[in-house]
Amino acid sequence: MNNEFNYTVIDDILNEYPPTAVIAILQAVQEHYHYLPREAFPYIAKKLNVGEARIYSVATFYENFSLEPKGKYVIKCCDGTACHVRGSIPILEKLREELGLSEDKKTTDDLLFTVETVSCLGACGLAPAITVNDKVYGAMTPDKAVELLNTLKAESAEA
Amino acid sequence: MEKKILDRAQLSAEREAYAKCFELQKKKVLVCGGTGCVAGGSLEIYEEIIRLVKEKGLVCDVELCEDPHGETVGVKKSGCHGFCEMGPLVRIEPFGYLYTKVQLSDCEEIVEKTIVGEEHIERLAYKMNGVVYKEQEEIPFYKKQTRLVLEHCGHIDATSIREYLAIGGYKAFEKALFDMKSEDIINEITESNLRGRGGGGFPTGRKWAQVARQTSPTKYIVCNGDEGDPGAFMDRSIMEGDPHRMLEGMMIAGIATGASEGYIYVRAEYPLAVERLKTAIAQATEAGLLGENILGTGFSFTMHINRGAGAFVCGEGSALTASIEGKRGMPRVKPPRTVEHGLFDEPTVLNNVETFANVPLIILNGSQWYKGIGPENSPGTKAFALTGNITNTGLIEVPMGTTLREVIFEVGGGMRGGSDFKAVQIGGPSGGCLTADMLDLPLDFDSLKKAGAMIGSGGLVVMDSSTCMVEVARFFMNFTQNESCGKCVPCREGTKRMLEILERIVNGNGRDGDIELLSELADTISATALCGLGKTAASPVVSTIKYFRDEYEAHIYDKKCPAGGCKKLVTYVIDPALCKGCSKCARNCPVGAISGEIKKPFVIDTQKCIKCGACASACNFKAISQQ
Repeated sequence: MNNEFNYTVIDDILNEYPPTAVIAILQAVQEHYHYLPREAFPYIAKKLNVGEARIYSVATFYENFSLEPKGKYVIKCCDGTACHVRGSIPILEKLREELGLSEDKKTTDDLLFTVETVSCLGACGLAPAITVNDKVYGAMTPDKAVELLNTLKAESAEA
Repeated sequence: MEKKILDRAQLSAEREAYAKCFELQKKKVLVCGGTGCVAGGSLEIYEEIIRLVKEKGLVCDVELCEDPHGETVGVKKSGCHGFCEMGPLVRIEPFGYLYTKVQLSDCEEIVEKTIVGEEHIERLAYKMNGVVYKEQEEIPFYKKQTRLVLEHCGHIDATSIREYLAIGGYKAFEKALFDMKSEDIINEITESNLRGRGGGGFPTGRKWAQVARQTSPTKYIVCNGDEGDPGAFMDRSIMEGDPHRMLEGMMIAGIATGASEGYIYVRAEYPLAVERLKTAIAQATEAGLLGENILGTGFSFTMHINRGAGAFVCGEGSALTASIEGKRGMPRVKPPRTVEHGLFDEPTVLNNVETFANVPLIILNGSQWYKGIGPENSPGTKAFALTGNITNTGLIEVPMGTTLREVIFEVGGGMRGGSDFKAVQIGGPSGGCLTADMLDLPLDFDSLKKAGAMIGSGGLVVMDSSTCMVEVARFFMNFTQNESCGKCVPCREGTKRMLEILERIVNGNGRDGDIELLSELADTISATALCGLGKTAASPVVSTIKYFRDEYEAHIYDKKCPAGGCKKLVTYVIDPALCKGCSKCARNCPVGAISGEIKKPFVIDTQKCIKCGACASACNFKAISQQ
């Protein structure tokens, strides 16, 4: 991360929301950076006239917020009940195996992929399902997941 | 851009004009635009059909207008048809044909044969047991349902306020605004005995009356769209498929209780629902149905959307309002209750999506009509998400009081691949498992409560004989433990300990006394936790111990998983009668646990075996099985 943090992005976001909307503000920050840079916390706290702890407490409470940079492709493997009984775990294991990730290491070193679980995508009719940057892929199998990874790798290499 | 409607007369006129235009769409193509079908590529199909209809020289109508000229073909992206298993779905009116698993390459034929030629394409129809079902309503999955809350899903465009108006939308709001007093509305809802669809089953009318009684000038209407139960997607489908119906319900609650601001809290995992709701709010605001001085009556109502950030506990009332206020979503001690001190400490009506979606129906048709559906103590219908090892997964709606057997074997088409029914998990992490003996139990709030389960928000996950119930309990405990907000010690620590015990049981390290310890912890957590999540955290464990105690015992004492689902407890054996002695298994074994002489049966050393299953998948003679 560069030393000169660009606060104008944060300013623009703060101008858009009422001061109570801490969650919406953090969501917008995360959408921009793909994670929550710590540099932003003291600045947001000062602007909203609340303690830094308040911002930090919200940022660490909710599952969706990440203080670590995430990959270009965020893969969410659904492990809701419906996906679970139709075999979501072998898919998750295959994805982690292919990318050298684990439960603790969620993002690849080249910042290309992040693999995480989600408790339910509500796409139970397509179980087991995964999403890549919010696009839903249904009726997955470990093999299809590998195929998808290869497609994404190729797509990224081209871009 | 919608034209601003200034008064009641103009609202009627607009509605009539759009209805006329809707009528002139002699043929309508309804492409399912729910999350499931969108994932299958339905939006591309929608665009392709529009292109092809135009190419054929037909007048293609994607949006209703006030001054239609002649007959058209309407192409729409509708809400979820419910039959997600068979998606992407395309329905063609006036014939009522339902085409399943439609691909982009099928569009040409659909337009050519069905739109132009008015012919049915058998290839795309739903088939079961050799019967071809031409029309949607004939399909057993639909035939047994009563779709009231979901009536528009699959029949109108989910992104158009004009279509909603054309079929009589906002009529209930109009009636409440002009013809009813606040008490009349509350009386009607109370009289209907509508009970909260979010799980608790609290009478909605009573809640509204309590808020209406508060003297504070500021009150809020909050819609709980934080459908966090794994295996449930009813609310998602309503928000995506008929957003105006839900807004209408919230606005009526506003008139009834004197609130002028509404908040909708939607899960972050539902991006499409957020988008559809935003569109709906923008349209209603442009049309003057939301905003200041609505239809010249002096009534004002504005609507906000809040996206959740991934915390299951935010489905609990006080946690949800805290989250809207921009705080950590942690439940607080009650009383004071939300109806007195809710959002921003003001009196608040908090209902879930499906509850609000029921309101316009009751206001329009009356409480007597509503009470005629389902049993007296829990009238109306209920939407369920039917998932798991069942033939027809999807979104269904049946009258309350329908039995589980009817839902699973008639609507759901029975077990997937003809497997044996073992249990159905109902009510998500707060609910319980019901067994084959309970298939004739009517689905309503009170009957399920008596059986130790709950309707919850309405997720039904069907499990077959290959599902290990101890593993299911572990799965839910893992979920609850993750989602515990950490405020109360019994829930924070207790769920952790319960999870540890369950983990050791499924890993083959269960100890004598574990079942009793689990039960004791469950009692303590239920008795001492503050919020609903904590109080019910142990329910899946309690209900599986109650009905499947033998499975727990088999894991603990015999180190066996009867369902064969627990990897660590599986023993791989080579059947000497089937083994040809080819040594392929031994060559595939990563730990060298298999040995033998060529052309003689091989054996597995169970001490060395890591149970990876590589041998079983390598064997060409199906000689290796799990025991």
